[in-house]
Amino acid sequence: MSLHPDKLLLIHGLVDGELDAANTVAIETHLKSCADCRAELEQIQAVRELIAAAPLRDRAPEGLHKRIDLMVDAEAGPAPRAPAVPHRPFMPGRLAWAGGGIAAHIASGRWASGLATGVIAASLALAVVMPQLAHTDMEDQLVQSHVRSLLVGHLVDIPTSNRHVVKPWFNGKVDFAPPVPDLADQGFPLVGGRLDYIDDHEIAAIVYRRGLHVINLFVRPARTLSLPGSVVVRHEGYNLVRWTAGGLEYWAVSDVELGDLKLFRQVYISRSTPVA
Amino acid sequence: MTGRGLLWPRLATSAGLRTGDAPRGPDKADAFRRTMMPHMDAAYNLARYLTRDASAAEDVVQDAYLRAYRSFDTWRGEAAKPWLLTIVRNCFLNSVGGAPERLAGRPVHDYVGELPAELIESTTPESQLAQKDEASMLRATIEQLPEPFRETLILRELEELSYKEIAAISQVPIGTIMSRLARARQMLADLLLPDIDRKARS
Repeated sequence: MSLHPDKLLLIHGLVDGELDAANTVAIETHLKSCADCRAELEQIQAVRELIAAAPLRDRAPEGLHKRIDLMVDAEAGPAPRAPAVPHRPFMPGRLAWAGGGIAAHIASGRWASGLATGVIAASLALAVVMPQLAHTDMEDQLVQSHVRSLLVGHLVDIPTSNRHVVKPWFNGKVDFAPPVPDLADQGFPLVGGRLDYIDDHEIAAIVYRRGLHVINLFVRPARTLSLPGSVVVRHEGYNLVRWTAGGLEYWAVSDVELGDLKLFRQVYISRSTPVA
Repeated sequence: MTGRGLLWPRLATSAGLRTGDAPRGPDKADAFRRTMMPHMDAAYNLARYLTRDASAAEDVVQDAYLRAYRSFDTWRGEAAKPWLLTIVRNCFLNSVGGAPERLAGRPVHDYVGELPAELIESTTPESQLAQKDEASMLRATIEQLPEPFRETLILRELEELSYKEIAAISQVPIGTIMSRLARARQMLADLLLPDIDRKARS
């Protein structure tokens, strides 16, 4: 240790450029006359040079950049909604889930985007009942749930490619039994299953992959008023495909090509054992 | 400890905050990207040295950015980097389940004149041989500094923050930061510099 411990912090301050003019002059004057403190100064500089010369600073990995970018997207959401108004004040709960997404499409002027005519007609009727207030709440929640599943390293609660494990896992967790077909030979390997929450209700999420992309298949019982037709939408850069079968309602969400997602629906339906 | 209240500003989840004049949705996201994204390397670097683990560091940074985004409405245009690093540090403490006291460490004088045993052990000739090069040895040595000293050293030497900014992040007086920094450099000098450079100090 230096013989002048009271000077020590000032020497560090000098090196770090943190001293005011008066203190700078004072310590520099002292250094001229004190060999111990000069040695101290040299040692500090040697340590700093050692640190500066080595590549010690880590850069954030590319994948992290990407995930945080996606997260900001998910957090930002599509459009601010009126905060004081409940999400769907005029919508009966049952109607909400089935009609939310479609009604929003009508309301937001995207209704011509390739929906079947019958669906449009049906939705128009709904849209009258539920104007702008519906938003794209269902789709928002699905996409956000999809993004969240990719973000937090919590893609699946039960990680297994064995469908005989995934299917019973849902047993006792949800009160319906989603089919879990093995689609690996069609290029959609099973990753696992997860329990999620949409509209404050539990929903089964079955996770498949297409190449490096994740497909989240959300399944829940179809509501009495839900529309039987299929829906294909693009939302926040993600594709969503909806269909109903065997009393269940399915939403597949992914960033894979729309064609791939439609193929997924096709093979999933053909491989699912008919429940009826 | 009031620090947590200060540093976990109100999360912008309540309706009241959203109705304010703060930018929302796309505007908020744009402003956030412009101001906070450029500091991701700094955030990761700090998290990396605090956690001493690459994947844990990623989790901490991701968590930090989520919290930063949600409390972005409380950012008042001050220097973005220290603001963000404060959140990173908190997320680290959160992740290890530590109280804020954890990074407060023992009083500085407790360390004076003694090197932690694990530090001395880590620089025996055998382990030095195992260290491929000087840089990785230096890194390993820094990683083994006790937390408060490591944190201060990283913020000063690698992130080049001022004493004042470091004090704000670590929630201690500037004098404490100065002592910690001096002590951290002293430890590194003892461990890394050849004896000949230090003969004047004995």
